[in-house]
Amino acid sequence: MITDVSRQHLSLGAWLKADPPNGILHSMAQQAWRGCLRFSLHPLGMLGLAIILLVVFAALAAPWLTTYDPVTQNLLERLQPPSAEHWFGTDEFGRDIFARIVYGARTTLYIIMLVTIIVAPIGLLIGVCAGYLGGWADEVLMRVTDVFLSLPGLVLALGFAAALGPGITNAIIAIALTAWPPIARLARAEALSLKQADFIAAVRLQGASRWRIIFRHIVPMCLPSVIVRVTLSMAGVILTAAGLGFLGLGAQPPMPEWGAMVSTGREFMIDSPWVVIAPGISIAAVSLAFNLVGDALRDTLDPRGGE
Amino acid sequence: MATVTMVGGSARLAGARRLSGKLLSVAITLAGLLLLTFLMGRLLPADPVLAVTGSEVDKATYDRVYQQLGLDLPIWQQFLSYVKNVLTGNLGSSLTTGRPVVDDLLTVFPATLELAIVAILVGTFVGVPLGVVAAANRGGLMDHVARIIGLAGHSIPIFWLGLIALLVFYSKLQWVAASGRIDILNEGLVTPITGLMLVDTLLQGEWDIFRDALSHIILPGALLGYYSVAYISRMTRSFMLEQLSQEYIIAARAKGMSRRQMIWNHAFKNIRVQLLTVLALTFGGLIDGAVLIETVFGWPGLGQYLTRGLTMNDMNVVMGSVMLTGIVFLIVNIVSDRLYRILDPRTR
Repeated sequence: MITDVSRQHLSLGAWLKADPPNGILHSMAQQAWRGCLRFSLHPLGMLGLAIILLVVFAALAAPWLTTYDPVTQNLLERLQPPSAEHWFGTDEFGRDIFARIVYGARTTLYIIMLVTIIVAPIGLLIGVCAGYLGGWADEVLMRVTDVFLSLPGLVLALGFAAALGPGITNAIIAIALTAWPPIARLARAEALSLKQADFIAAVRLQGASRWRIIFRHIVPMCLPSVIVRVTLSMAGVILTAAGLGFLGLGAQPPMPEWGAMVSTGREFMIDSPWVVIAPGISIAAVSLAFNLVGDALRDTLDPRGGE
Repeated sequence: MATVTMVGGSARLAGARRLSGKLLSVAITLAGLLLLTFLMGRLLPADPVLAVTGSEVDKATYDRVYQQLGLDLPIWQQFLSYVKNVLTGNLGSSLTTGRPVVDDLLTVFPATLELAIVAILVGTFVGVPLGVVAAANRGGLMDHVARIIGLAGHSIPIFWLGLIALLVFYSKLQWVAASGRIDILNEGLVTPITGLMLVDTLLQGEWDIFRDALSHIILPGALLGYYSVAYISRMTRSFMLEQLSQEYIIAARAKGMSRRQMIWNHAFKNIRVQLLTVLALTFGGLIDGAVLIETVFGWPGLGQYLTRGLTMNDMNVVMGSVMLTGIVFLIVNIVSDRLYRILDPRTR
């Protein structure tokens, strides 16, 4: 039975379930809600999401979570083992490791957000243009992608990071330069298959311009798989960023960054293993979280990709 | 008959066109690689003149060296002379070791190659059976084990795992040797033939040094191998699942074939060629891992050479190592592509 839902005052739950939806926005909201429901059925995906939310919380609430300053040195308390006062112990400069982990979450989030903002649109646009336009545009764009893919990610990032000079912003640029090609490849493949679709032919016959087709029809259809890919590649981005920090090319001291913390803790590791354990576990946990969320998103957004 | 020869001729023509297209794309990739390394070298914050002369230098010498290095030329001419140098095998000399970069690369590359070979062996002999068993027992215990191993491999930073392994196996248990390829006492006792320490010691019958080299490589090799296990087992699993859902498997089962024979003799046989491509793809990750693991274990390979060049702002070293990595990567890809075409009858 079809009822006119627009005139009734519905609770939010009923509004999200109402059938048929009343307009495009209503339908989109319903779709998003169903997606969230499907995602919530993934216990591992929810675990990953919980870890990411925890990191976001730690980054936002850092000053309230710890009374210690992540940078100020206190040589009287150097290399203290974990205790009630210093939950994760202290490092070689007497800084509280828990405080450095919590503030380090800001560094990690900063890297992830900036890399996503740079990489996702660039990869998507290059891939979609190459796939839909075809011809020489495709040739040129894909050759450039090939060149970037002809080097392993970390080596390329190392080269750029060194060339631009050490520092967190340059590390982000270097990582972004290495992270877009796989996304462009994926978007191109999607665009190529969409190009043949009947609904695109219909839009074309109606006289839609090339750019209108790309931005209004192809790009939205590519978004789900690009989102999955970006989420999964964030796990790798975190590891690359930590690797750059470990090699001394990422965030510079005294900025708290987990990879650099492992690197400086190396010398004191044998007598004071806690200096490397906490930062290493933090890196692994966040990377794992993105892997889990990415896998769950793939199942949610792209039923074809399921194993 | 005429049509047959024509079909044969056009097939050959298509083959030739494919080959020339392939060659062209390889050439373009190489040119891009040259441009990329050139830009990296130019962007490096080090002054190439001061790197040659040292920091205390008068204006006249500075200008002379500046001209000798060709830095007064337009940038495209500098690029062309760089290309010419690379093509003639001249990568300049290292500022830190004072030797030609090519000579340095020839000594450090075998060390990384040896590490990569051990890692690939570990990855193949652990990862492939793990993936096959996981697919055969889908949803079972081994499937979960494989999934956990894979997730851990994709999430735990390799340099950190290396440090923890050193802490446990070297400092606490003292099962393995610490850093480098062999003990300092054994340094220089083996004449390099292949450059691979394990092979050279075996060829010369130096059993003690072989054991020493083995105890040095086992930890970094196994750790690097673990990361390829994560990838290889995951890919093997998905290839196997695809094969096991095919109709010939149902037919084989209906015929009453044993499970073991069905999995290994039929399904596995069909994924071997695909696995070859996976092994080639693992290679990029291996190099990335090697850069980090070599730093942790003091392994005198390409990765350590590159990172030392980076921290010392040694331009020629950086350009040379990145270039070599790219070329090796390219060769691995071409070889695996060729092998795929040769081994897979469908691509003939």
